[in-house]
Amino acid sequence: MQFARRSAVLAAAAMLAAASCSGPAASKGPVSIRLQLQWLPQAQFAGYYAAVEKGFYSDEGLDVKILPGAVDIVPATVVAGGNAEFGISWVPKMLASRENGADVQVIGQVFQRSGTTEIAFKDKGITKPEDWRGKKVGTWGFGNEAELYAAMLKVGIDPANASDVTIVNQDFTMTAFLNGDMDAAQAMTYNEYAQVLESVNPATGKLYTADDLDVISMESAGTAMLQDAIFASEAWLAKSGNEDVAVRFLRASYKGWQYCRDNSADCVDIVLKADAALPKGHQTWMMNEINALIWPSPNGIGMVDQAAWDQTVKIATDGKIITKAVENGFRNDLTEKALTDLGGDTKGAGFQKGVVELTEGGK
Amino acid sequence: MTDHRALDAAPDGSEAADFALAEAEAELAADLEAIAPRTPRPVPGTSRHRLRPVLGFLTILAAILVVWEGAKLLGGDRLALDGILGLPIRIDHRPPFQWKIANDLSLPHLWTVFNAFFVQDAVGDTLAVRLLWAAFATFRGALVGFALGAGIGLLLAIVLIQVRLLERSLVPLLVASQTVPIVAIAPVIVVGLKAGWFGIALVAGYLTFFPVTIAATRGMRSADPRAFELLRSYAASNRDVLLRLRLPAAAPYLFTAFKIAATASVVGAIVGELPSGTREGLGGAILNAMQYYSIQPGRLWATIIVASLLGIGCFVLVVLAERRALRHYRPDDLGVAA
Repeated sequence: MQFARRSAVLAAAAMLAAASCSGPAASKGPVSIRLQLQWLPQAQFAGYYAAVEKGFYSDEGLDVKILPGAVDIVPATVVAGGNAEFGISWVPKMLASRENGADVQVIGQVFQRSGTTEIAFKDKGITKPEDWRGKKVGTWGFGNEAELYAAMLKVGIDPANASDVTIVNQDFTMTAFLNGDMDAAQAMTYNEYAQVLESVNPATGKLYTADDLDVISMESAGTAMLQDAIFASEAWLAKSGNEDVAVRFLRASYKGWQYCRDNSADCVDIVLKADAALPKGHQTWMMNEINALIWPSPNGIGMVDQAAWDQTVKIATDGKIITKAVENGFRNDLTEKALTDLGGDTKGAGFQKGVVELTEGGK
Repeated sequence: MTDHRALDAAPDGSEAADFALAEAEAELAADLEAIAPRTPRPVPGTSRHRLRPVLGFLTILAAILVVWEGAKLLGGDRLALDGILGLPIRIDHRPPFQWKIANDLSLPHLWTVFNAFFVQDAVGDTLAVRLLWAAFATFRGALVGFALGAGIGLLLAIVLIQVRLLERSLVPLLVASQTVPIVAIAPVIVVGLKAGWFGIALVAGYLTFFPVTIAATRGMRSADPRAFELLRSYAASNRDVLLRLRLPAAAPYLFTAFKIAATASVVGAIVGELPSGTREGLGGAILNAMQYYSIQPGRLWATIIVASLLGIGCFVLVVLAERRALRHYRPDDLGVAA
């Protein structure tokens, strides 16, 4: 009796849900989509803002609302909880959420390369991973240390052993690094690295230059992990019609990134519309560097490279971000479908990074 | 047991009872005054009285600024200027010490902070204008949060006063609620409820209600015990005791709590804005300024200044409300003030 009543309620709820889901598709109006970013608006997400602004989403029958990230927002939790249809996250963080029960899956690997580096001033003499031994090396923690620790272990430095290396916690400004509180600091090519070059060297009264710094990229250390990826919930994708929505979303998003590759100055302005308080010069630098993380995409934008995926999973497991290898963490079929009618240059094989002049304060 | 109401209702006894009441009141007033002599009321508004606190504030402010620049002069970065306000004055000062805390990154020059207010953004707004709007947005959250917190806090206090048992069991919970770090619960409230700026107001309210509850419970007990006895002797209802004695007695306590709550509600609103992803309020402005601190240190300080001005503004609003509400208030008038 109790069971019967409950299942009747469930059936009614399911019918209601089905009715509300099929509603928008049937009525031919645009489908409402929410995209949860992993941080505040900035050129790192320019492709999505461009796809909204240039009407690429609406051309696909999608009404996309971009939800900016913020402190303590985990995109995978938001998407798994049904509060957004798609999310942007670094792959290892998404995998950690997946292991904790969020049924999220990568459907488009936008960034083909890792933008993480470890930088040091020239006088510290840190030009290769071996040189970290005995030094004060900074990291943001919260899972961002995995690439760095893997690079250390590769050359026989144990990050957990204080006599090998001193690990220093970094906040998300470069202030401590500039103040000399650490010998090397974690820096994204598109953000923190530029912030150092936008700061005045008190010794000379002029801006720091690239010649003042030694940069060890995680790509060169061979311990890079996959970063910004588009993901969705498996349960959501399994619902009838949603795979088609996902393909349309991916196609329009990739179109946005193609647009930003070919019109980077325009995309900077689009991002500044989302938050006018951002320093423009800094965003111009970021746009250029972000493009370099995406292009060239050897198999087409959004395609997951199996070798890069396996390396990400291995380092995430070694770094105890996840406890065991994942099954079905990504799928390429939706991106493949999106790429068939994307048009334009989907690989950007000839892409060359531009040269962006940095100014004091990134203005 | 004598029924006082019966006495009042007696056709020929009512006058006598009223007379007795008036007499008792006069006696009580005399007694109260004997214990606590009438405090001389402040003479309102000679200009010197008004100017003095302002002068004091400005003096302290000036002292802070002098210490600030003094520290930079002694242990900051090299200061090289080619002109000041267009005058051809050449300065090349190398401080004798090197203190990290006083360098241009940790402690930017006052004029760097001042200039930051006038830097234009991508759409041509100056930071000052942008922060002003941000302060309005935060003020909205803080105000609604304050109203919620103060209202709920006062209601809670009234319930606690009426039901002793609840006080014993509930107060530890209330204390516990305040030891949970607000940064830990703010995301739960703001993100979980998806209520937009109302979620932000809830965080502000969460920080606000506690001092009000504690101060109001204390204040409602603070009236002279004999005043309670007097009211009881008239068989005054709980409601009358509350309205005529407890609440007026609690008023000064309440306003003290409101002052704490006013600043706390601003903090709560800002903390609530951080996980909300909103770009409107001061929380968003602080996040933005923090992210770019190393390249634009003046910006964060400017934002901090506006946030503190908002806090001071809310505090002053409560002080003004207090002056107006308690202008006839005399501590020895308890029970009559209502």
